[in-house]
This record gives sequence, structure tokens and C-alpha cells, in this order.
Amino acid sequence: MTTILHIDWTSCDGRGLCTELLPGVLDRDDWGYPVARGKAGRDRTDVPLRDADREAAQEAVFLCPKLALSLQERTGPARESRKPGR
Amino acid sequence: MSQARDTCQPAPPAAARQEPRLLAAGPDAGWDQHLDTFGPLDADVAAPGLLDALAASGLTGRGGAAFETWRKVTATAESGRKGLFPSRPVLIANGAEGEPLSFKDRTLLTHAPHLVIDGLLTLASALGGASMYVYAPAAGLPRVRQALAGRPGTKRVRVVEAPETFISGESSAVVNMIATGTAVPLDQRRRLSESGLNGRPTLVVNVETLAQVALIARYGAHWFREAGTAADPGTRLVSVSGPAPVRDVVLEVPGGVELSAVLKEAGMDPAPLSAVLVGGYHGRWVRPAAHVLSPVGPVAGTARPGAGVIHALDPNSCGIQATARILTYLANESARQCGPCMFGLPAMASVLNRIAGGERNPRLASELDRLGRLVSGRGACRHPEGTTGLVSSALEVFAADFRAHLAGYCAAPGGVAA
Repeated sequence: MTTILHIDWTSCDGRGLCTELLPGVLDRDDWGYPVARGKAGRDRTDVPLRDADREAAQEAVFLCPKLALSLQERTGPARESRKPGR
Repeated sequence: MSQARDTCQPAPPAAARQEPRLLAAGPDAGWDQHLDTFGPLDADVAAPGLLDALAASGLTGRGGAAFETWRKVTATAESGRKGLFPSRPVLIANGAEGEPLSFKDRTLLTHAPHLVIDGLLTLASALGGASMYVYAPAAGLPRVRQALAGRPGTKRVRVVEAPETFISGESSAVVNMIATGTAVPLDQRRRLSESGLNGRPTLVVNVETLAQVALIARYGAHWFREAGTAADPGTRLVSVSGPAPVRDVVLEVPGGVELSAVLKEAGMDPAPLSAVLVGGYHGRWVRPAAHVLSPVGPVAGTARPGAGVIHALDPNSCGIQATARILTYLANESARQCGPCMFGLPAMASVLNRIAGGERNPRLASELDRLGRLVSGRGACRHPEGTTGLVSSALEVFAADFRAHLAGYCAAPGGVAA
């Protein structure tokens, strides 16, 4: 069971509140949008969290001014990757 | 190049010659030619065994992502049955062809619309009577409407026009266009197979995939596998283009075919070609030598067909400049919904255009690499990583040109001093 922080990029405006609340999980890119630290591919949109970060993530979900964040519980194996056929 | 292959399988066909399957009914085939060529197909009779046949056939999507079709169908069917109130699934035939170098779906809708409709009706029936849509650009619609009007069982099929944008065929953009009239991707907290159009389980299937489904429903999985290889069974349509005087052609080729054989079939000599773009603008540049066209296989010897685009670069033009033009286009085609794509892709295009223009700044190369890595995986759709993949393949295949540009000149034959 993993908790996932999902970033809705269509809503995210790069306000940066989440990066303040989760400095160990999220960095900011050139334009202020969150970047999941040490993650690659789609794990930067559905960011797996450590238990220690859950509370802060919950707070980020509540406080995000653009409502761009949500938490999901992922059971069992990760979703099959939906990579384009390359 | 060695290939992991089932030992009882023949080697991949050396030639691209393939008895036509999908376009067997000939040009502009109407209902009569269609029936004469393929025979009748009763969707409701074929539906019960369809999922098993699709699984046995190994058919993968022909629209780009190459998922196994039966898995997609099963996921949609299962989520339709889940929950307190089972909801009727939605099935959308996706004929949007935003890839500028792709024209096989248009060709199929023009010449074999009935085969696509067969697949739509049969798959909808297998999904327990799904709502049906055909989504296609303006050019493909008259033939589709004409075909629908002339046959039974199609009263409920709704036809929706797809805008001519690069991302209009992305599956969530398809659903969004039908729902709201805006063809931009949606944030997918849940998959479309769980919650798509109006929250119903939704399956978006490329039109060629549906035509293949119609053939499998008629002739079975064993027949389907008589073409292609064990790893890449059946046939696929490819849109092949190249430098003048090469004509744009749509070919039907067996799975696992050699890229050079496809180029020859389209009237090109692979020898002088410096690079071929395979898979479209989200695909990769490869050197034509010894590549096999297949969605699966070792990276070194496999070119993934994606949406079936094969485009040979003019030996007299510069790959860096060609890629810079494509990247500029892709940056402009961003839906401008997601920050990393909206800002990152134009930034990448700007850097590559500076390199293409011969700016002698050694930091441009690492900046391009950094931006590509920065945007990947950060968007509602895969436009950022698709774009980055193309650029990184260009840096690999055109490495010598790239170095020349950074040194202030263009090494391409016929290239001007940058």
C-alpha cells in the first residue's frame, strides 16, 4: 500500500505552497512548478510518498490554492505504465 | 544484430510484400464491394467469442501506444460491471490524425469505412452494447457518414469532428472534445476505462485497430497470426514519405518487417539515407540500417512504429535543422494547460534553434538535455516526454552534425555555413 500525491498539471499554477510544505519531496523548476525529487517518468505526476511525508502532503492537498493536489492509495503493483509505444 | 525470437518462428520477412488485408476491397469500397471481399459479419454473433480471439491474436493498438487491445477492452468491460450501478461503456473510434506525417487513418476511412464500422459494432456488442462514436477530422467524415447511412445497426453511432491539432487524438482529449467541444487532454486521476465520457467506462480505439478487430472477428486469431512474427503478429498500415520525387504512400506491412524493406517498397534506396523518422513526431530518428519495425524488441535493433509514420530525411538536409523545425511545431502545439509543457517546450525549441542556427555556445547542449529531463513525466498527457524522446534521438543519430553546429558550421551535404 503506497500513498500517491497526484499533481493535476492542468490546474497547477506554480504557486509553490506544496514545495514549502514538502521541501524534501518537491523541488521547484525554472518556472516555479513542483518537481518530485529523485523521481522519473510518471512518478513525477503520481508521486509515491513515504509514510513520514503523509501528514504534510495532506496539508498541501487542503491548502493548495488551485486544488491541484490529491492523495490516492495505491494497492498492489503500480499501475501498468502507460508509456507511448517507443 | 541478434533478435530474441521464438525458435519455431520464421525469421522476420525480408520483404515488405504483403497481400492486402485492410484495403482488400479496393479503392473507395462501398457496401457491395465490402461484402463481396470480406463476407458478412453479424456483430452480435461474433461478439461472445471476440475477447478470447483478440487475446489469442495478440493485436496491439495501431494508434501509437501499442497496448494489447484485449487488455484495454477487458479493463473497460470490468469497470462497467463494477459498482452499485453498472454503467454502459462508451466506445469511440478514433480517426483523429494530428501527426503531420501520418495519413494512413484518413486513407483507411476513405477506402474501407465499412471495415472500421464492422469493428466498432462488434466491439460495442462485446462490451454489452456500448454507446458508439466515430471521431475523425473533417476530411474523413463524408465517407464515414455515407457508409453509416447505408447499413443497418448504425442509427445510434454518433459522428464527431476532430480538430486538426497535434494532440486532438490523445485519448483524454478525444473524450474531452466529445464532452465539451474542447480537444485538450484531461487530468487523469482515474483511467478512462474507469471513468471517461460522462463518468462512464470509456474505450478509445484507433480506426485501424477497429478494422483489424473486424478481420479477427471474421477469420480468427490463427489467420491474423499468419502474417507478422510471434512478437508482432498481423499487419499494420504505415504512412511512408520521403524527399522528392518520393510519393507519399500508405503500405500494409507484416509485423516485424525490416525498415529497409519498407523503404524499398515505397520506392526509396535506403543506402544514401542518413536518417529515418519512425513513429512520428513523438517517435525517434534512426539510421535505416538493420532496424526491424515492431512495438517490442531490443532497443538497439527495433524501431517502434508508434502511429505508423515512416519519414526519410532528405540526404541533402540537416537533421538538426529538421528536428528544430519539428520541435518548434511541437512547442506551439502544447495545449498550454500544464506549466512544464507550456514553458519547457518553447524553451527547448529556443535552445535547439540556437544550435541549428550555429550559435557557438558549448552550454547549449547541456541546457537542452537538462530541459528535456526537467519536463519529462510532468503533464496531463505524454506530450513532454514524447517530444523529449524525439530530441534525444536526434542528438544521438545526428551527433556529428550537432558537434559541427556547436563549432559554428553545418556539416550536412548541401548545408550552408550555419
